[in-house]
Amino acid sequence: MADEKYELRLYVAGKTTKSVTALQNLKKYCEEHLKDQYVIEVIDLLVQPQLAEGDQIFAIPTLVRKVPEPIRKIIGDLSNEEKVLVGLNIRPA
Amino acid sequence: MSKAKKQELHNFPTLPKTPTGIMGLDEITGGGLPKGRPTLVCGDAGCGKTLMSLEFIIRGAMEFDEPGVFMAFEEKAEELAMNVASLGFDLNKLQEEKKIKLDHVHIDRSEIEETGEYDLDGLFIRLNYAIDSIGAKRVVLDTLENLFSGLTNQTLLRAELRRLFHWLKEKGVTAIITGERGEGKLTRQGLEEYVSDCVILLDHRVINQISTRRLRIVKYRGSLHGTNEYPFLIDEDGISVLPVTSLRLEKPVSSERVTSGIPSLDKMLDGRGFFKGSSILVSGTAGTGKTSIAAYFASETCKQGKKCIYFAFEESPQQIIRNMHSIGVDLQQYVDNGLLKFFASRPTLYGLEMHLVAMYKMIKRFEPESVILDPITNLITVGSVSEVKSMLIRLIDFLQEEQVTVMFTALTLNTIISDQTDEGVSSLVDAWLLVRDIEYNGERNRGMYIMKSRGMKHSNQVREFVITDKGLDLVDVYLGPDGVLTGSAREAQILQEQTGEVLRDYALTRKDREILRKRKVLEAKISSLQTEFESVEEELNKISQEEQLIKNVTDKTRTEITQRRGEKG
Repeated sequence: MADEKYELRLYVAGKTTKSVTALQNLKKYCEEHLKDQYVIEVIDLLVQPQLAEGDQIFAIPTLVRKVPEPIRKIIGDLSNEEKVLVGLNIRPA
Repeated sequence: MSKAKKQELHNFPTLPKTPTGIMGLDEITGGGLPKGRPTLVCGDAGCGKTLMSLEFIIRGAMEFDEPGVFMAFEEKAEELAMNVASLGFDLNKLQEEKKIKLDHVHIDRSEIEETGEYDLDGLFIRLNYAIDSIGAKRVVLDTLENLFSGLTNQTLLRAELRRLFHWLKEKGVTAIITGERGEGKLTRQGLEEYVSDCVILLDHRVINQISTRRLRIVKYRGSLHGTNEYPFLIDEDGISVLPVTSLRLEKPVSSERVTSGIPSLDKMLDGRGFFKGSSILVSGTAGTGKTSIAAYFASETCKQGKKCIYFAFEESPQQIIRNMHSIGVDLQQYVDNGLLKFFASRPTLYGLEMHLVAMYKMIKRFEPESVILDPITNLITVGSVSEVKSMLIRLIDFLQEEQVTVMFTALTLNTIISDQTDEGVSSLVDAWLLVRDIEYNGERNRGMYIMKSRGMKHSNQVREFVITDKGLDLVDVYLGPDGVLTGSAREAQILQEQTGEVLRDYALTRKDREILRKRKVLEAKISSLQTEFESVEEELNKISQEEQLIKNVTDKTRTEITQRRGEKG
């Protein structure tokens, strides 16, 4: 598990406050807990709307943990660190 | 400004509508759903919400060239395609042709964690993308309420939903939103608060073990619409809604006449039979020959090369054909050449609505000139009197529109003929023939009379209705000093009269001969008198001649004597 990288994808729609907050929060948590073990991909649905269907996105912002499996989703601006870490399975619940 | 005003004036009279293409629904809504606005379709589980909305999309794409987006929150695209494949729609092909786009929104609470603020822009973007990619005019969201079970922030959801409906209107798409029915409310989540233009409620009830689906338009802002509950059906052709009655009574009428197949019956009906496109009720007690009359009518229709459908609810086609053979009606030949179609079903096979739809379809497909329902009284086993009546009203309505002549037979259970009868259809029908038993002198005979026949002069006489192996006939009943006589009493009376006539004839000839004889005697007397007179006359003549002779001779002798005296003297 240690050698597996976290592939994270953050879906946003333009540069809204929520999106910006979410990205900032995510970067902060990852630096703290997953240093050098993660990749973050930011997808702006206003630019690439066709990608929304593939990951079953309906809320914005949505964070999707692609790897490791299983896929997990966290919606919202990720302001609650505890929930995000549990949700990403970084810290056991 | 004047242009804007003009536009407004132009738009004012009618609300623009989008036809659904669903049989019957467009008639009730007066043209379809409000164009460019969301419509709420709600109802219990399994009432046909998804199918109705899917059909709206499919028909839009296939019949009206309006592409549509179907956003499913419950079922996957493949499942939906499979479900409608049984109705003969190929969703995959339509998707490939870019006429329909299916989008399955999967919301699983266990996969989702909520933290902090969010909105449903993802859904908006997805929907927007789907709409723009095929240029959709129609949108279905089925069932939006699943969002509520997937997400916890209800206040946010409500705000977003309000925004969504607003957005849909702005987008100018005609949308259907489905919602599960809630306790005391139309939908569990109160979606009706957001959709204010048109709300359709679907319902699925089981009464007496027979299920009926119903549809009601709860509201339709800015449009005239039928307010009743309309039964609808889901069968191999999709959904069909049947208007209980059409909103108006505007039907074409014909003054063309059709013969009943029984010449003496036609004679009672102004000499020309029924009106084309009218409805005829034949009622009577058991065994009075209702089916025979119906079979005659069917056979007559076919004889003229026209088509007829016989709906039998009691006997099988073979039974009817065999039985009618015994009175000289050969229906088999018409079945063979395709003019006559039998459609036999047990009334309990399915609900009244199904019967009605089955008939609708048969009639639409076969386009008969006349239709027979034998007997309508059996339908009562599957519905209440009022239901049967409402069904028959609709059937008559439909048949009149199609200009199909229909003959119903009805069994009256009591022998006392009451004027209210027969599932209350007597007021609906145009002509009502009544066949009744006349029991007299140890035998049963059939009497027939016409209770009513709209729009024509008809006989008020009771006729005796005779069934022989040669066929049906109506005979004038005998009106004697003892009242109306039928059957053998009538025959006896006729015989008696015939005897009387012979006797009278005989008496007459005897009197004639006597007169002749009297005349002969008289004539003989006259001639003898004449002869007598002649002889008297001759006698008289003889005397006068003698006297003349004597006179002559005397004169002569006197002259001679005078001459002689002169010579001497």
